[in-house]
Amino acid sequence: MSEEQILARVQGRALPFDPERYQGDYPVVVEGLVNRFDGHTVHDGLDLKVRRGEVLGVVGGSGTGKSVLMRSIIGLQIPSAGHIEVLGHEVTDLGEGRQADIRSRWGVLFQGGALFSTLSVGENVEVPLREFYPELDAQLRHEIARFKVRLSGLPDETASKFPSELSGGMRKRAGLARALALDPELLFLDEPTAGLDPVGAAAFDRLTRELADVLGLTVFLITHDLDTLYEICDRVAVLADGKVIGVGSIPELLAMDHPWIQEYFNGPRGRAAKASQDRADHKRVGQDRAKAMDKPTGRGA
Amino acid sequence: MREWADFTAETDASGGTRLALTGPLLISSIGVLDRKLRDWQEPVAEIDLSGAGLVDTVGAWTVWRFARDSGAKITGASEDARRLIEAVQGSQNDAEIEPERLPLISRVPASIGNHVYNGGVGVVRLLGFLGAILVAFGSLVMHPSRLRFASITRQLELVGVSALFIIGLMSFLIGIVIAQQGAVQLRQFGAEIYTVNLTGRLAIRELGVLMTAIMVAGRSGSAFAAQIGTMKLTEEVDAMRTIGVSPMEALILPRLMAAVFMMPLLGFYSAGLAIIGGAVISDLTLGIPFGTFLSRIQEVVPLHDIWVCMVKAPVFGLIVALAGCYQGMQVQGNSEQVGLRTTMAVVQGIFMVIVLDAFFAVFFTEVGWG
Repeated sequence: MSEEQILARVQGRALPFDPERYQGDYPVVVEGLVNRFDGHTVHDGLDLKVRRGEVLGVVGGSGTGKSVLMRSIIGLQIPSAGHIEVLGHEVTDLGEGRQADIRSRWGVLFQGGALFSTLSVGENVEVPLREFYPELDAQLRHEIARFKVRLSGLPDETASKFPSELSGGMRKRAGLARALALDPELLFLDEPTAGLDPVGAAAFDRLTRELADVLGLTVFLITHDLDTLYEICDRVAVLADGKVIGVGSIPELLAMDHPWIQEYFNGPRGRAAKASQDRADHKRVGQDRAKAMDKPTGRGA
Repeated sequence: MREWADFTAETDASGGTRLALTGPLLISSIGVLDRKLRDWQEPVAEIDLSGAGLVDTVGAWTVWRFARDSGAKITGASEDARRLIEAVQGSQNDAEIEPERLPLISRVPASIGNHVYNGGVGVVRLLGFLGAILVAFGSLVMHPSRLRFASITRQLELVGVSALFIIGLMSFLIGIVIAQQGAVQLRQFGAEIYTVNLTGRLAIRELGVLMTAIMVAGRSGSAFAAQIGTMKLTEEVDAMRTIGVSPMEALILPRLMAAVFMMPLLGFYSAGLAIIGGAVISDLTLGIPFGTFLSRIQEVVPLHDIWVCMVKAPVFGLIVALAGCYQGMQVQGNSEQVGLRTTMAVVQGIFMVIVLDAFFAVFFTEVGWG
């Protein structure tokens, strides 16, 4: 295909396109978000800013609206009030056409992986590629699918398997591969380690951190997993009473005198996670931690 | 306007070719460059990235792959680009993306073989399913207290009561059609009065119960297959088994019983409304008064026609419910299966009902209930 043909093909496409990378400080800005369902208020004037390049953990008790917050940010849930800005675009009043523009620049991992069940894992990864970049050579598309599958820590032969043939943990990794297909700037993860065994969960945490560092991602991560919070999050946002009651590193949060935060991080599980983190830190004495993480250690990543 | 990645080639003094890449090496801009690099045949000594803009994993991959294939050296890479190239390198593999597919020449026989095999297995499975139902029914007869009244009542409502309106309307209209079209033909012999015989016997003996069975297959057979199939997918059926609740008793028997109980009632109701439809149209267009039509029905329709209806109806109900529940229990794997199995449940249900109806028609005539 000649260059002109490719250009003509790209121009004929409906989805508008803005390849500029986001250079601002806050790729996600939520202001005064209100979400109400049948008189039941989930969010009541919630404010949150996500810094570029950070891994932000979002925690909160069950039913505090963590998933609803994520769905609002990615435009699946139209909020009752408030405004949300993602990568400099207003999500709350974007039309169907304009939204495509930012949708090519984020990746979302849903809780169960949400893979398309009639496509193989490799084809799942190719779906966003086909949708946004039809000009890519089929061969390159296959290569991308293969290295993304490898990058998310799956064995190569998984690419031709159907989601129903995979275990829960593998499905999550496959979901991650699809979320990473377009080299997004923003990654949304909804409880990525829920339901994984501790070894698998730790590996997934490491993978997330490595990818975030190597690819320069901003990660919005919903979790209940205290190990994940200690291990990979730069900052943690705590949701309670329909608001973000605190954002900061874990020591900063502990300095706050909120009973729920104290209970959360100082409960038996919180202390265990802290202890294991301290042990891990001890091992790394003398190493520059940030640098150690920059160097991908896992296979392929 | 999008900016595309490109390159310029220059040959230095020692005769080595040097490719200088320009523009952003991003997934959104790599499409053209990737094709050009794939077509590049000559040897390359060096790939210079110093003129390139932003890089992502796809750009890094393209550069690394070209370097590997041409044996060139990558120079001038920024810190980011080096890190990304390091991250993607060694990720090449030729794993299949698409699930394996046979070539056409062997796919056709394979597909035929599969169908034959599945047909055979299906018969065995269906027999097994029937056996399991009989066992469950037997144990229910031994322990009647295990009968799930709540769930049977619920199914009776779903299969029967909530179908009353649509089945009634359908039957009424069919009655109108039979009487009106029958009258047109019979008028040629001056035998218009036989419209009553035609409507009455056809409605009670054949159409009432047959149309009802088709409607129940479409409404309830499909619902059975979809509900049970979804429950299989979400592991609800497995959960029941582990708790000690038999899915046969909790899911399948109530549905079967509801269909078997409700079909005679619905069939009779349908026949009644078809006769009323015929009476209405006769009153309006043929000049046969409503009351006369109904009293003639009493004279011309033999009682054994009702028995034919009452014998066929529960059998049809059983067939339809069996097809729905069986297909539902066969669902495994993905959500596409639920749709497929639901379709199969309806198609098989209706088909079996019509086959049996043909059998019953011949049978009852032979035994003298003509």
